[in-house]
Amino acid sequence: MARVVLIGNLAQLTGGVAEFDLSATSVKQLFEQLSALHPGIERHLEDGVAVAIDGQIVQDALFEPIGPRSEVFIMPAIAGGR
Amino acid sequence: MAETNGHANGTNGQHAVGTRTIRPDGVDKVTGRARFGADYNLPGQLVGRVLRSPHAHARIVSIDIRKAEALPGVKAVITRDDFPDQPSEFIPAGEMMMNYKDVVRNVMAREKALYEGHAVAAVAATSVAIARKALKLIDVTYEVLPHVIDVVAAMAANAPLLHDDLFTAGVEPKPDKPSNIAKRIEIKLGDVDAGFAKADLVVDREFKTAPVHQGYIEPHAALATVSEDGTTECWTTTQGHFIVRAHCARLLGLDIGKVRVTATEIGGGFGGKTVVYLEPLAIALSKKAKRPVKMVMSREEVFKASGPTSGATVRVKLGATKDGKFVAAFAELKYQAGAFQGSPVQPGVMCAYAPYDIENVHVIGYDVVSNRPKVAAYRAPGAPISEYAVESVVDEIAKKLGIDPIQLRMMNAAREGTKAAYGPKFGPIGLEETLNSIKKTEHWNTPLRKWQGRGVASGFWFNIGGETCVSLTVNEDGTISLMAGTPDIGGLRASLAAVAADELGVPYDKVRPIIGDTGSLGFNFLTGGSRSAFSGSMAIVEAAKLIKADLIARAGKLWEAKPDQVEWRDGAVRPLGALAEKVKPMTVADFAKVAGKTGGPIAGLGRINAQGAGPSFGTHLVDLEVDPETGRVTILRYTVAQDAGKALHPAYVEGQYQGGAVQGIGWALNEEYIYGEDGKLQNAGFLDYRMPVASDVPMIDTVLVEVANPKHPYGVRGVGETPIVPPLGAIANAIENATGIRFTELPMSPPKVLKALTDKGLNKVS
Repeated sequence: MARVVLIGNLAQLTGGVAEFDLSATSVKQLFEQLSALHPGIERHLEDGVAVAIDGQIVQDALFEPIGPRSEVFIMPAIAGGR
Repeated sequence: MAETNGHANGTNGQHAVGTRTIRPDGVDKVTGRARFGADYNLPGQLVGRVLRSPHAHARIVSIDIRKAEALPGVKAVITRDDFPDQPSEFIPAGEMMMNYKDVVRNVMAREKALYEGHAVAAVAATSVAIARKALKLIDVTYEVLPHVIDVVAAMAANAPLLHDDLFTAGVEPKPDKPSNIAKRIEIKLGDVDAGFAKADLVVDREFKTAPVHQGYIEPHAALATVSEDGTTECWTTTQGHFIVRAHCARLLGLDIGKVRVTATEIGGGFGGKTVVYLEPLAIALSKKAKRPVKMVMSREEVFKASGPTSGATVRVKLGATKDGKFVAAFAELKYQAGAFQGSPVQPGVMCAYAPYDIENVHVIGYDVVSNRPKVAAYRAPGAPISEYAVESVVDEIAKKLGIDPIQLRMMNAAREGTKAAYGPKFGPIGLEETLNSIKKTEHWNTPLRKWQGRGVASGFWFNIGGETCVSLTVNEDGTISLMAGTPDIGGLRASLAAVAADELGVPYDKVRPIIGDTGSLGFNFLTGGSRSAFSGSMAIVEAAKLIKADLIARAGKLWEAKPDQVEWRDGAVRPLGALAEKVKPMTVADFAKVAGKTGGPIAGLGRINAQGAGPSFGTHLVDLEVDPETGRVTILRYTVAQDAGKALHPAYVEGQYQGGAVQGIGWALNEEYIYGEDGKLQNAGFLDYRMPVASDVPMIDTVLVEVANPKHPYGVRGVGETPIVPPLGAIANAIENATGIRFTELPMSPPKVLKALTDKGLNKVS
């Protein structure tokens, strides 16, 4: 099971629960499983978040693999100005 | 058929990557041939001009355009009625999110004018004089409303409200009254109360930063033409022409496939050209007038109506043990968003303590609307503000504990495996290396005189990847055409050409890079987030892989070889084993000669959603001198050390370091939006808005640190954002070192410095 942590205000969409153990093997499954548990978060996941899998940040990458012991953080999307 | 790793392997062992190659766009730019936004023209084009609100906050009761429309020479007039309203839907805008409901109101005011300079109407006419006269004939009836500029004032319960449907998100229970506070966000790590209880020293200070503009030299400009069948073309100075296409299609109800946008050469953007201002207006005017329409902003319009960055108030509280270990950190950030929600407070929150390994962190941020232009991205958006405050406090702790400021930073520096306050653990990063590099400089060890001071500060930015599409085409003579879809702001063409040359084993000067329009490539996200060289070079590698696989297959057929008898190595397809006795290796140029006979044109399309961007840390060192009689601060010497991962083109990377440092110097010392009591900007021009010029700064020395990003084939990290982060703190620390006064408000301009010196009695003639 991957350890999933919601950063910042996202936990307000899951009734205050910020940490999950999920069997997701990809970002797509991660979003589906979280949305099934807490439908209120679905739109925010669709609108764009960054996902850090074992320290590596990915964005808009539904097929990115998640390992059974991965540490996953879901955080606001990041971009830049330069 | 095998392909060994051919990175940086030319046929003659020559490498273009990592060398200071001649810039493909250099000759045009130094001879004046390069065409920037305002240089484009079409036959029969009209002049477009915008009528802007004279009020900081006013309800628009009515707009009467009949007299303007009747003026001979006026071919079109547009107002809010020409833009269908948009539903609330958030979309990425640079590093921030923007809502289409707000975008349509920002390009053309609807119910209210929310800042001085807000577009209210636009005209297209046959001459500038007629256009100006037409603007005067547009009769707008305003109901002037109270305004608010400052972020803290805007947060007050009795502040004038900008939007009666804006309710603070991120607080529980959900508010039942509207507010100017669009959002509250926070991140937490560990237990800050317990952390502060362990601290021997706690420094708690409040800082204020002034709103500043990106200050790009080239004003916004757009030329648009719409044909009778709705086919639309637009030439514009932008950081992302695919984004311009998407926004214009959405705002005007056009099919994306019918809109073609070309990015002109760009005279600076720094985040400010990631959104649309003139483009939808020019298209709407052209559609109505049935002629091309060209629009160019004046400098005053650039200041008043295009995205500056936030002014902010920041409280920082940092606790350390007596031996210098940071044990707890708190910060509260209040950022102006301008007229519509969406300030860079989120990255400000995430970046504030990123350079440090601290167990207990709590950062709160507020996104606050006020009667200023909607902020746009500006280099490492949000980070310079929060990291300036943190770096100032770090310096104060160093002084109070009697620890060398570089040593204190080194003791607490984030390293590989450090858990960032915003969540994940860092991979390989180079903060320590930048600190070490600075400490080893001759600069660090040079003595100073009275009224001179030295300051150091570090900085961080995440960097991003994103959707990227490039093409490589092998021409008949073996030269390579390279097409990228992200505007070249800081050396993209040279960097990508070097990678393509090394990947395909051709000389650098045989690769000709261009920036393609939106009809030429798949979708590209914009040039921003320090992504274009990082993502573009990854896409070039993918495109080259396809070409190499194709050439291997063609060689196999030509040589009637088995798959294990052919490989790509050192810039050529080579026969292996016994076959090597019979045939000679073939280069890209060799294949070009027989392309038609062996399968047709040779080309590769690299299309990726680049992941694996590595963060970049930097440390800056500055020497300055304070004039006690005038309060003027002169930068004497400046050194930047930053982790580039791998510098594809060292001169361009150094240019990014230097440019970021100079913009930071301006932010720290002089730049600020100055508003009158009436909410109107009083310094909308370069004479009164004081940006550094070449004579204000010394040569900025640079140290290229290269800690490879393991997720990039060459180890590249984005470099454009980070260098604007440390200067604010480094300069504040240097002024404190020179005067003993800790300045907590930017800019540290001569009047403020002089007043502080006078108040302390430090500049009395003895």
